[in-house]
Amino acid sequence: MAEKLLELQGISMAFGGLKCIQALDLDVGEGEIVSVIGPNGAGKTTLFNLITGVYQPTGGDIVFAGKSITGLEPHQITRRGIARTFQTLRLFLNMSVRENVMAAAYGHTKAGVFRSMLRTPGMRREEQEIRELAEKRLAFFGDRLMGYRWDQPAYSLSYANRRRLEIARATATNPRLLLLDEPAAGMNPKETQEITDLISLLRTEGGYTILVIEHDMHVVEGISDRVIALNHGIKIAEGSFDEVATSPQVVEAYLGTGGMAKK
Amino acid sequence: MDTFIQLTLNGLTLGSVYALIALGYSLVYGILKLLNFAHGDVFMVGTFIGFGAIQLLGGTVNPIVPVWTLLILITLAAMAGCAVLGVVIERFAYRPLRDAPRIAPLISALGVSFFIAYSMQLLFGSELRNYDTFSLDGGALYLEGFDIGNVRVPMIRIITIVSAFVMMILLWLLVSRTRVGKAMRATSFDREAAAMMGIDIDKVIVFAFVLGSALAGAAGVLFALRIPTYATIGFLIGLKGFTAAVIGGIGSIPGAMAGGLVLGFAESYAQGYISTRWSDLLVFVILILFLVFRPQGILGKADIRKV
Repeated sequence: MAEKLLELQGISMAFGGLKCIQALDLDVGEGEIVSVIGPNGAGKTTLFNLITGVYQPTGGDIVFAGKSITGLEPHQITRRGIARTFQTLRLFLNMSVRENVMAAAYGHTKAGVFRSMLRTPGMRREEQEIRELAEKRLAFFGDRLMGYRWDQPAYSLSYANRRRLEIARATATNPRLLLLDEPAAGMNPKETQEITDLISLLRTEGGYTILVIEHDMHVVEGISDRVIALNHGIKIAEGSFDEVATSPQVVEAYLGTGGMAKK
Repeated sequence: MDTFIQLTLNGLTLGSVYALIALGYSLVYGILKLLNFAHGDVFMVGTFIGFGAIQLLGGTVNPIVPVWTLLILITLAAMAGCAVLGVVIERFAYRPLRDAPRIAPLISALGVSFFIAYSMQLLFGSELRNYDTFSLDGGALYLEGFDIGNVRVPMIRIITIVSAFVMMILLWLLVSRTRVGKAMRATSFDREAAAMMGIDIDKVIVFAFVLGSALAGAAGVLFALRIPTYATIGFLIGLKGFTAAVIGGIGSIPGAMAGGLVLGFAESYAQGYISTRWSDLLVFVILILFLVFRPQGILGKADIRKV
């Protein structure tokens, strides 16, 4: 297997007495696409919130690119190279499409908040570079987020385009690892197919390693090198899509044991 | 007609100061959803720093620098001093309560407000402080100017109005054009998402306090150029700035400007056509009417976040 980019070592998370994640080991290799599946409440989004520093784990260590990132602030983790999208879209709806992407690019530029007030020539050049970077990231989505839309407010976009914009915004932070939280949620079959193709493209063309939470099994099957199934914060299966999909524990987690056995 | 012109002029002067104060409320509210009730007291400290700076520069009768240099220096001193004060307030009174229920920083803000006002009173006494700008250049700031009809528009008012508007335009450009402006707008819309896009939230919040407090400092000097100040003036002026921010749409920058001007005109016309004793009452009646009938203010938008 390729070099490990992300490694969770015995991660636990509890809210009061509620154990959301228990002693979870998980790794993602450089260039891999790994899917996390599991029923509602399995701890999938909590997992993302732990990796991105929104929550501090109650136990264990998270290692990214060989260094521990446990305890870092979310913006520091983003600057190390982890970006995410959200299950419930969280775009900056008060800003234009292009500004959304530009805002995400500032973290990895040299100038700090205070210096950026001074409009020196170097500053202007950097601003121009950020603008071009943003447009390049948007251009990745072809017709869907094309030129004339860039100055429109983000709230004017359709639902599917908002999902695309979230991905564009995440890539503007120059990540190595992309965390996609249900990228196909609420999409129609055609859009779902497009997202499946897009995720593959993000790896081949963008060079990103991808960890994705997804409920749509066609998407999971279409993109995953490896699938990890969670239930009640515990890893219940890991392997190829077929291995995980046929695992008795996974079938049980999704469908329960009752019915068949009783008959 | 002359009365109307005079009252409009008064309203514009007063309104531009209110607008600067309202901007500070809106900047902080937009990002932290916190009503920074200590803001009026930051304004008051600005008026005092201006006063102290004038004394350091030799007083108004015989200043050691030219008049315009004096005016610029005292404004910059007040802006810098208030910016530092704003940062200190944020660091010690609000940041520790960042994740507390929203009522906690609000109470902390009220505490800071009283603390500053009465500390100043303890340190410097409660008497009125007059900048005595009339003594500058033998009253030139009051005598020079231009006329509209029979109404004199003195230089001292032109200074206040023009500098307030210049600062508002600069702020608008900063927020709409620069990267820190984008970072501020992103943070105000969704703090957590902004953090995960690599934006350093703490820096953005500190920056909002620096900007807002510096504007309050400038407003303090512009206000006290003509009107005597005292240690507890921040309470009433702060409330009016807050009212202006609410009327305009709290969190909105053009709204704060519009709200400030509306309030300035309302207060001025009420003073002229009704009674000076009733003008404050009218101001707060307007606040209540807005809160009841148009809580999002003139330019504010209803919350579009939740789908």
